[in-house]
Formats: sequence, structure tokens, C-alpha cells
Amino acid sequence: MKALLVLEDGKKFIGKSFGSHGEMVGEVVFNTSMMGYQEIITDPSYCEQIVTMTYPQIGNYGVNKKDTESGKIQVSGLIVKEYLDFYSNYRATESLDSYLKKSGIVGLFDIDTRELTRHIRIKGAMKGIISTENFDIDYLISKVEEYPGLTGRDLTKDVSCKKAYIYNKNIKNHKYFVVAVDYGIKTSILKCMSDAGLKVKVVPPHTSAEEILMENPDGIFLSNGPGDPSAVDYAIPEIKKLLNKKPIFGICLGHQLLAIALGAKTFKLKFGHHGGNHPVKNLSTGKIEITAQNHGFNVEMKSLQNIKNIDLEITHMNLNDNTVEGINYKDLNAFSVQYHPEAKPGPDDSKYLFDDFLSLMKNFKLSNKNK
Amino acid sequence: MPKRKDLKKIMIIGSGPIIIGQASEFDYSGTQACKILKEEGYNVVLVNSNPATIMTDPEFSDKTYIEPLIPEFVEKIIKIESPDAILPTMGGQTGLNIAVSLDNMGVLKKYGVELIGASVDAINKAEDRELFKKVMEKIDLYVPPSGYVNNLTDALKIAGKLKYPLVVRPSFTLGGLGGGVAFNKEEFVDTVTRGLDLSPVNQVLIEKSVAGWKEFELEVMRDKNDNVVIVCSIENFDPMGVHTGDSITVAPAQTLTNYEYQIMRNAGLKIIREIGVETGGSNIQFAINPENGKLAVIEMNPRVSRSSALASKATGFPIAKIATKLAIGYTLDEIPNDITKKTPACFEPSIDYVVVKFPRWSFEKFPNTDASLTTRMKSVGESMAIGRTFKEALQKSIRSLEIDRYGLGCDGRDSIIEENISQMLAIPNQDRLFYIKHSIENGDTIENIFDYTKIDPWFLENIKQLVDFEKTFKEKTIKNISEDEIREAKKLGYSDIQLAYLLRCSEEDIRYFRKKTGIKAVFKTVDTCAAEFEAYTPYYYSTYEDENEIADSIKKKIVILGSGPNRIGQGIEFDYCCVHASFALRNEGFETIMINCNPETVSTDYDTSDRLYFEPLTFEDVMNVIEDEKPFGVIVQFGGQTPLKLAKKLLDAGVNILGTSPDNIDIAEDRKRFGSILDCLKIPQPENGTALAVSEAKLIAEKIGYPLLVRPSYVLGGRAMVIVYNEENLINYVENAFKVSPGFPVLIDKFLEQATEVDVDAIFDGEEIFIGGIMEHIEEAGIHSGDSACVIPPFALSPGTIDIIKDYTFKIAKALNVIGLINIQYAVKNSVVYVLEANPRASRTVPFVSKSIKVPLAKVASLVMSGKKLKDIDFKRVDSNKLDYFSIKEAVLPFSRFPGTDTILGPEMKSTGEVMGIDKNFGVAFAKSQLAVNQKFPQSGTVFFSVKDRDKNDIASLARKISNLGFNIITTKGTGDFLERMGIKCDRVLKIREGRPNVLDLLKNGEIDLIINTPEGSEARSDGYYLRTAASVLNIPCITTISGASAAIQGIYELKINSNINVKAIQDY
Repeated sequence: MKALLVLEDGKKFIGKSFGSHGEMVGEVVFNTSMMGYQEIITDPSYCEQIVTMTYPQIGNYGVNKKDTESGKIQVSGLIVKEYLDFYSNYRATESLDSYLKKSGIVGLFDIDTRELTRHIRIKGAMKGIISTENFDIDYLISKVEEYPGLTGRDLTKDVSCKKAYIYNKNIKNHKYFVVAVDYGIKTSILKCMSDAGLKVKVVPPHTSAEEILMENPDGIFLSNGPGDPSAVDYAIPEIKKLLNKKPIFGICLGHQLLAIALGAKTFKLKFGHHGGNHPVKNLSTGKIEITAQNHGFNVEMKSLQNIKNIDLEITHMNLNDNTVEGINYKDLNAFSVQYHPEAKPGPDDSKYLFDDFLSLMKNFKLSNKNK
Repeated sequence: MPKRKDLKKIMIIGSGPIIIGQASEFDYSGTQACKILKEEGYNVVLVNSNPATIMTDPEFSDKTYIEPLIPEFVEKIIKIESPDAILPTMGGQTGLNIAVSLDNMGVLKKYGVELIGASVDAINKAEDRELFKKVMEKIDLYVPPSGYVNNLTDALKIAGKLKYPLVVRPSFTLGGLGGGVAFNKEEFVDTVTRGLDLSPVNQVLIEKSVAGWKEFELEVMRDKNDNVVIVCSIENFDPMGVHTGDSITVAPAQTLTNYEYQIMRNAGLKIIREIGVETGGSNIQFAINPENGKLAVIEMNPRVSRSSALASKATGFPIAKIATKLAIGYTLDEIPNDITKKTPACFEPSIDYVVVKFPRWSFEKFPNTDASLTTRMKSVGESMAIGRTFKEALQKSIRSLEIDRYGLGCDGRDSIIEENISQMLAIPNQDRLFYIKHSIENGDTIENIFDYTKIDPWFLENIKQLVDFEKTFKEKTIKNISEDEIREAKKLGYSDIQLAYLLRCSEEDIRYFRKKTGIKAVFKTVDTCAAEFEAYTPYYYSTYEDENEIADSIKKKIVILGSGPNRIGQGIEFDYCCVHASFALRNEGFETIMINCNPETVSTDYDTSDRLYFEPLTFEDVMNVIEDEKPFGVIVQFGGQTPLKLAKKLLDAGVNILGTSPDNIDIAEDRKRFGSILDCLKIPQPENGTALAVSEAKLIAEKIGYPLLVRPSYVLGGRAMVIVYNEENLINYVENAFKVSPGFPVLIDKFLEQATEVDVDAIFDGEEIFIGGIMEHIEEAGIHSGDSACVIPPFALSPGTIDIIKDYTFKIAKALNVIGLINIQYAVKNSVVYVLEANPRASRTVPFVSKSIKVPLAKVASLVMSGKKLKDIDFKRVDSNKLDYFSIKEAVLPFSRFPGTDTILGPEMKSTGEVMGIDKNFGVAFAKSQLAVNQKFPQSGTVFFSVKDRDKNDIASLARKISNLGFNIITTKGTGDFLERMGIKCDRVLKIREGRPNVLDLLKNGEIDLIINTPEGSEARSDGYYLRTAASVLNIPCITTISGASAAIQGIYELKINSNINVKAIQDY
């Protein structure tokens, strides 16, 4: 069945539809991971984005119960080169097509995804619409124009929990207790923390600093999430209040919010980093990690250099474009990374960061005892 | 950290001749290594016995030793050169084995040479299977249960514990040589015995079979700072049980979730760290149980490999180049990615296409051998294709093979034997894919086919989709087909030829339809990053989509057509010529465009030409490029038969063919037209005739007289040439040929017995000729020139004969209007020079001649083809006949891979590669060439003689000579009686049919060290057959011609009296 993608600059791609039918607007981005489509489409950070997989064959291993990052599909649409309605994997329970259908998500295939990717690379990520019913270009463009896009938008409330909960109630002999602020947290981050021996209480994004500190956690985690960090202004004063009270670890949006709280600025990348092969250099060890990335905004290097009152250290750099990937606020017992140590999908090279979080909590506890 | 400054001189070990399991991929890696080390300012010493390699071109190293790749010779070179380090990881298993031997011999220590790239410890941990197993268990990785034995008794004990089927893997052999899967005790005993024999350390691993599990490979790289990246994942279409060299493979992995892939990736990281490969690349093989995802580690190669060459071509990430940089101290983040320029090499390529590699086999050359595919590699080459989907890439890979198939069937060329279907599905073989498709066509289910083949259902489903698509064309013709349907077909990878078959029209009709409707191929870039960054390297593949990425260029362009997959008869020599053409023409200011589909080669390195198109070499695929690029001209002379076959069609399509015109190429191929030219020039050729019926053949035979050389006409491809000695043989042959191909003539030539064969390579520019080399064959005429040893300068031809040959060469080149290279084969008998054939194109011997005379013939020829005159080209006019040293080319034969095949040489080529021996002394040069092909001539012991009556007169002097060297002689009765009459003492032994113990028993008991056996005609299953096949399995030298024996005995003589053979770099000759 025919389906159409129209971009805000008027470029259109005609293909076929899979998954659900209808119209979907969103920001069109591309992801270069060659596998892990199920994790990608269920990652809350992709909220309101239409994801183009650059790898041309998607759906090969179906969908299973375990490889989900949030329990539901988060992307607004999925674009692939070839969708073959057949899967083969011992863990698979259904096809990607039926998975999309159940969530009412539209898929588009049989377009020149490489052309689309090059277009986005050259022109930048842009708004677009997938339609399977109405093919009137003027109408579709007007719909795209109506769509506000991601810049300046706070999307955290749409993808985060409404009520606090304990992720791993049954964990035995946990080492520390952590409160994780959910701006759209990926399940695998929770799993990584749990595997590292942390008991995790997940709280909604609007939870106040006081409420968090009332839990008396050993550490606080600021999660990933969708949209423009500069729009998540409600979080900034709360984070400021948490500083220096407890050890803090932030990933992705959490990393950006932490930086903003300390006076840094963020900017929108031309087409973002979405993939599983970005080299990140750990500046303290000199070692390279191959990392999973998913962000459209980034902390501005210059704005960090302008922060004079805090002892901060840029700990990680992206070797492809020299953007900031990690910051350590030593005096504040806080650190954060832009990329995804939990991977999913992507390499596990950076899992040590969860251990670093543990060490930080341990040292914090020790030094407090000594005081 | 910058490169190491403590090293000044680095030695690279090449991989030697092209053999099954070790082919031109190591020329690709070695050439890259030489280039990098030179660029980085190191003094480079190279040793490799294979002259047909780019890396042995004198400009790639400071010192190039074309010497046997055996530790004793490498030690001699180390003694002369005293390098600071050896890079052993570029030369395949050969390179590693030599490095380990040098270490064991204490040579490295003695001369203070460091191994870079991989330490002996790491090599041993990876290569010694027992050690490897222990290391894997230490890091909690599962290895199939196994045991490691040195004899059959222990092997049987282990077999008792593990259940059949069992895999037998000999230690330290390459390409799984000597290994195999045993399903029962009988097979087990056979395989273990052979494996123990072939392993240089007499060890085999007996392993529980995981046949049927999914098979994967990872290409892993690590630098000295412990940064590790995975360059590429590869999934084998054929599950475990088939050697990866014999498997269809796909990159990247298709059927793994991120969860499973990361488990494998993490295992890869752990393995390379634990084995301790500190600076370089490794290939790791895994198996995954499709039922529960259990991961098993199969093996690791701590070096560049066939798969790493494939991965480099598949991703654009040059593994050998980066591995070399790591070995000299760089770290991954310090090395830029050539393709994006802006990003570092420290990343994991993301690709946005599918790559399929398809092996190419040559079973037709080895009758009587088991043609099933096992853990022992049997393919001789491979094609690679890139498409946007698996289906497209698969179809392209098949038509890249040049097996006269233009995709996955659908061409009317299926030869399915219905009653064999289940067997053909269950036992892996070269036609299995076609049987799978046939079964799906017949309605068999994916589940059922999976049960037989264990091929992942996802792959099978893709084949089913092709079948389903073809059904929609059933009722259609070219008249009522729609544009959309044709476009859809092209997206699925169908060639015009396949569509013509489906729509019952001609290829031209489809082509016309496509032109009219604007359905044309577009080209996409291989950029390592799935378009995330801009690519600066013009490496392209075709597909049917919307956007074309080819940028215009104003330079004058020349397209060079490559030679496709390696096969017997067309190998690295032709790639060598294509690469030279590209180098020379680039240097001349042309923009060179390479089209080829062989991932093992230097020509498909994106650095070699200005633009690289990884495409099948069919008319349609080549025209796609030509129509887009609009080159000034196309070179078809350098890639062997592959491009030549296209010449006429390209010309008809308006393409400018550079050099000798296709019509003149055709004259040389057409014996009638060529014959009349020779008549005009008064140049003799052996008497001949063309027969269309048995009676005609008999008449011709009566006229010319036996023996005769007979072959099917060139329409069939020139295969299956034989020599017949009597009418009975002739009739048998001719009757069979007419039965197989009715209507096609049989060509009959007088066979010049005991004539000397001579090969000439020359360049002609229309006026002037440059004769590169006159090569005298060591074996007499009748042995395919590719299989016979030859020498420059000639050692027995008279000056008068040489003058006649020069004169004829000029006359023929002129008469054929040659522009560029010409190769002519002559036979000299009783001082008369006969022309056997002329080929106005690059020949197999061009690299050998170029190395011998140190003039790059192919470069000069390509300049001539671009319009220059010889007098305007700057090169040394070497007279090869006046050289004061001998260069000997020897062929390498693959018989040990094909047990059961007779090893007798004949007019049909069987060798896979060649070596060169070079020395001032003829005997020493010959001995070197023999050592280089691993033919270890005995220094003492027993020689067995059994020769046909016609040869008896020639053996007396040979026997006397070898007897004087202290050898015992043992013979059969006839030969023995003759020798005794000549006063030579010899022992007797029974022929096989005469009773026991017979000669075969002696051979098997190790009581014979050298066999000289010249066969009587081609009677299958004669004594000679059993003897030769046994010798091949036991690796006992067996010489089947008198002249070969004569050279061998001279070599043995030189080795004995001149035990200290010298080595010398070709730069110093």
C-alpha cells in the first residue's frame, strides 16, 4: 500500500506502508545502528521523531518481549528501505509490522533511505509527515508547518512516569539506594543500575528536590529524555537544589540539564547523533569507547569554558566532531555523559560508568562519615 | 602516541604462491603494508616467492627478495639485512608459520629481531588449538568439547567419548587443509590419518560437531592502548559444517538482535585481549545455536585473512593498512578515516547496504574427487557484490561468478536432477542454492528446507520472495509488462538476461525497454558511515533507486575491466596487469576507473584507481558504468578472458576499445582466420583440421598422423583438451564431444611430441616491437603453459632459433595490428619453429617476465594503448636473452585438496599459482623454484623410476646421474631391465597388479623419496594413477615428465654440492 513522506522543505519520498495507517508528523532523523530496531523505536528519547534506519533490511529478527526500552513504541514513525514481513529468531514473538500496528504507528518502506539520510545530513534534521491515506502535497506540507517541531519543546511529561515507583523491589543485598528522575528513562538504564547492585526508586520529572532528598538516597540519577533541554526549565531549579547534597549521575538529557543548572548552554546539532558507533575518548585514561548515541542537542563547549566558579572537567569527547560527551563536577560529586553507557542498542564499552557512580557514592559516604 | 622511532628496517613476509585457502587477498594486505611502511619512512624488506604480486614490484620495498618462503631462506635474508622487526601478520598462515619457526630456531633472538603485529605467544595461543581452548575456558567462553591427539589410537579414544559427527582439525594448516567432518568411524580414521600427516606438528583436534549452528565472523582490531573495534560482522549463509571459504557469506550479520550481537562483540573483545594481539587485526569465528542463542567460539586467526580482505572491501575500512599502522605504534584514534577524512579510524563502520560473497569452485578440473563442501576449503576464488538488499546483492554475486548464470537461476540454465533433490539439499555442494530455489518453486516449505539445510529461514524466505516475484511474470510478455514491474524486478537484482528469459524476449529488448522508460542504475558510495559524514573516496556500487551520487569530472577517463573471481587459469596475474594499467594511466593524467568484483585483489582497493566500481563484469553491469561515466576508452586486454568476452558487444554498443581491436582479437581466436594469416606470413603451425563428424576426425587423423591434440572448439570455452595416441582414444573423445555439444566442431592438431615449448610476451605499438621475454618451458609441449615451469633466458635454444622467434613475433604482431601486449606460444622441434597460438592480450606470464627483466610490461603496454609510441616511453630496453641470471617460474598444483584426482599434467591447466626462483646458476634457480612450491627434493634415499617406452632412452643418463649422487634406484621390471642393460644398478618392485608387497606398499611405508613416472596416455586407474594420487596425499615429490625430471635432478645436484645457496634482492640483480 502506498505511503508518502513529505519534508518541511517540500521534498517527498514515495514508498509503501507497513504497520499502521494514517498520518504522523515529527522530526525526521536517521539512526545508523545496524541492529537494535526494537530498542530504538521503544526509546522514549525518540518521542515525536520519525526515525529512518540507515541499515536497509529491518524486521529480520522480529520483535520479542525483552528488548523493549519502555514497554511501548515511542517514535512517531519508522522509515526503512526494505521491510520483509518474515522474521527468524528464537526469542521473537511477533513481527515488527504487527508490533507497529498494535501501537498505531505508521511505517514507511521502499524509499531511497540513503538519499533521505544524505538530505538530512546536508540540510539538517527537519520536520516531516508520513501519510498513508491523504497524498495531497499542499495539505501535507500545511500539516508539517502546523507542527511546532522540537526546538523549545518540553516533551518529558509525555514519556515519563506519573507516579513514583521502585524499579527493583525484590533486589537483595543492594549496595546503595538511588532516586532516578524520570524524564523518559530507558528500561535498560534501570536494569544496568539494578545489575550494579543499586536499588532504584523512579520519580516523575516534576518531583521537587525536597521530595527527592526526603528519600535520603545515596545518589541521584538524572535520566535521558526527549526534546529540547532548554525547554525543560522546571527541572533546573530542582537540580540546583540537589547539587552537592548527594552524588549525581546524569545521562543524555540528564547530562544536559545538569550542565544548564550549572550555567552552561545547549545547542541543536545539525542532524544529531543517532547510532551505535561513535568514538568517544575518555580524556582521563586516553582510551576510546565505541558508544551508543541518541541526541539532537548538545552542551556547548564554550559555555562550559565560561563557567569559572565551579571546578569542572570535560572528561569525554566525541572524536567525530569534538563535541562534549562527558563532564565531571568534582567538587559537587556529580558527573554526567551525553552518550548512553547502557547502550541498547550498541556496544557495552561504557558500562564502567555505572561502577563509577557506585564508587562516587561510596566515597561520598566515606567522606561524610569522616566529617 | 606517534609511530616508533626505534625501528628503522622492517621485514614483511608475504604468503607465497596462490593456493586454495591463501590467495591474492594477501597481495592486497602485503601491498598495503609495504606502502604504509614506506610512507612512514621505514626501510622495507620484503620476502615472497610469488612474482605475480603487486607487492613484489621493486618500487614497493627497498629490498625485494623473491625467494622460497621457508625459514632457512628467510634466515639468510635476515642475516644479510638485519631488520629491526618482522611484520608476520600480512602473509597469511605462511607468514605466521615462518615467524613461529624463526622463533623456535632461535633466529629472532640471534639477530635481535622483534615481531610486530603479533607476538609468538599470541600466535601460539591462537593457533595451538589445545592452548586456545584453555584460554577460552579461562575467560568463560564456550568451545565445543574436544581433544587434541598425536596419533590415531588416542583419536579413537576421544571419539569413543564424544559422539559422531566429529570435526577433525589439523594444527597449523591453512584453509582447513586435511580437516573434515566424520560421520562414522571409517571416515574418522581416514580423516585423522590424513590430518596428522598434513599437520606440520602432527597434531589434530577432534571436536564435537556443531554442524547446523549458525556461523558468524567478527573482524576485530586492537591498538597498544587497548582500544578495540569491530570492523565488520559477517554471517554465513551456510551454517557450521562448511568451511567459511566455501560458504556464501553476508555482511553485516542479518539475523542477530542487538542482544545477541553484543554478546558476540563482548566475546570478541575478551578474546583479542586474552590472546594478546596487541597491535593489529584478528578474525574470530563463532557459532550460535539457533534454538537457544548459545554462543560457541570456533577459532581465531591473529592476522589479516581472507575475511579481513572481504571486510575491508565490504566496509571501506582498510584493515591491513590500519593493522600496519598499529604495528608501528600508532593508536586507532591517531589514524584518520581515509574516506571521511574528518573522523578517526577508531570507530565501527556502519553500512547501509548488504554485501554477499560467493565462492567460486573448479571441480570440473578435478574429476573423481568428492565435490561436497566440508570443513576443508575447496573453492579457488570468490566474488563479492553490493546491493541495497540481500536479494539484490545475492543475484549480483552470482552473476559476478562468471559461471554463465546471471542471477539466482531464472535463466533456463538449471540442471536439476529430481531424484537427487533431498541429497543435494542435505549435503552442502556448489549447486545447493539452485536446488533450494527449485524446491521452493515446487512448493516445498521453508520449514522443510530448513530441516534439510539448517540455513536460517530468513535467508530462505528471501529466496522464496524471488520465486514469488517470478510467478507474477508468468503470464507476461515484454509487450504487456509495465514499467513498475520492470523497475521492481531491477530492485530485486534481476539482470536483463534473466528478465529476457522470464518475458521470452532478448536481452536487447529489455535494454531497449529500460532505456525508453528511463529505468537505469544509480550509483551509491561505500563510505564506512551510512552517509552520516561526507565521503571523499570514490568507491561505488550500483542499485536501482532514486539518487545517483556520481560526481561529474572533466578529466579524460579510461575504464579498466578487471578479471573477476580468481579461478584456475585466470588469477592474480591478470589483476596485476589491471593494477599496473591503472597506475600508469593515472600517472599519465588520465582518470582511471576500475570495474571488478573480486574482493581479494589489489585492483579493488579504493586507492588503486581514481574511481572504483564494485560490479559484476557482465555487459549490462559494465554498460551501466560506462553510460554514467562516458569514458574516453575502455581497456579489455588486461583482465584475461572475462573482459575480452565483452569486447565485441561493447564495441557494438559504441564503446571505444583501447588497443588491439576486438576484430583482431577474434582473428587470433579463430583458427581459420589465424591460419590464413600464418600461411601468408609463411610461418609454420602444426598440421590441423576441424571435424564435425567422427568420420571426418578419422580422416584428419589419417592425414596428419598420431599423436593428436584434440579439443572442443572455442565456443565451449577451450576446456577439456587432451592428447590422443590412437584411433580408439580419438573416437571415444570425439563421440563424447559431439554427444555433449552437438553441432560444435572438434579441433584437431598434430601434437608435436617432445618439442620444446616457448612463450613470448611482447608489446607492439604498430611500428616498433619490444620483446619482453622469451621463455623456454622445462616440460615439453603438451603440458598447459600455466602448469609448466619456464625459464628466462632460454637455456637450450640456439641463437638462430631465438632470431626466428623474434622475427615471427614481430610479423604476427604486425599482421594482427596489435596495439599493446601480445603473447605467442611456439613449439620448437628439430630446429623448426611452429606457432601454437597467439593471444593479443596480457598473458599469465606478464608479471613473471616483468620481474625477471625489471621492466613493467603492463605499464608500458597501457601507455601504448592510450596512444603513445614505444619510442616516446621511458623504459629500459632489456634484452632478456642476454641476462646473466636465470629466472624460473614454477606452477603450484592443488592436488592435495582433491584426493582421488590424478596428478598427471596435461593440456588442461590445473595450477592455482606460481613461484619464481632466481639465481645466477640454472640448477640453483630451479632448486629454489621447487623449494618455493614446497617440493622438498630429497638429498638421499630411494628414487622410483617407471617410464613409458617412448621415454626409456632418455632416462639412462638421468638414472646414472642420480645414482652417482648416492641415491638408490628402484624400478618396475620393464624399466629395470632397460636400465640394467645400460649398466645401471637398480632394485625391482612389483607393480600394483603384480601382487604384494608392491610399489604402493613401499610408498606408503615411506621407502620411496622421489618418483619419476611418465604416464602412458590417459588410462584411468592405472598403476601410475594410484601411485601419483598416493604421492600427492603423502607429499612425496612425483615428476611426470622427463624434462622435469632432468631439471629436478640438476636441482638436487646443486643442492648437494652447493649447500649454501645464496639469496639476493631483485634490486641487486
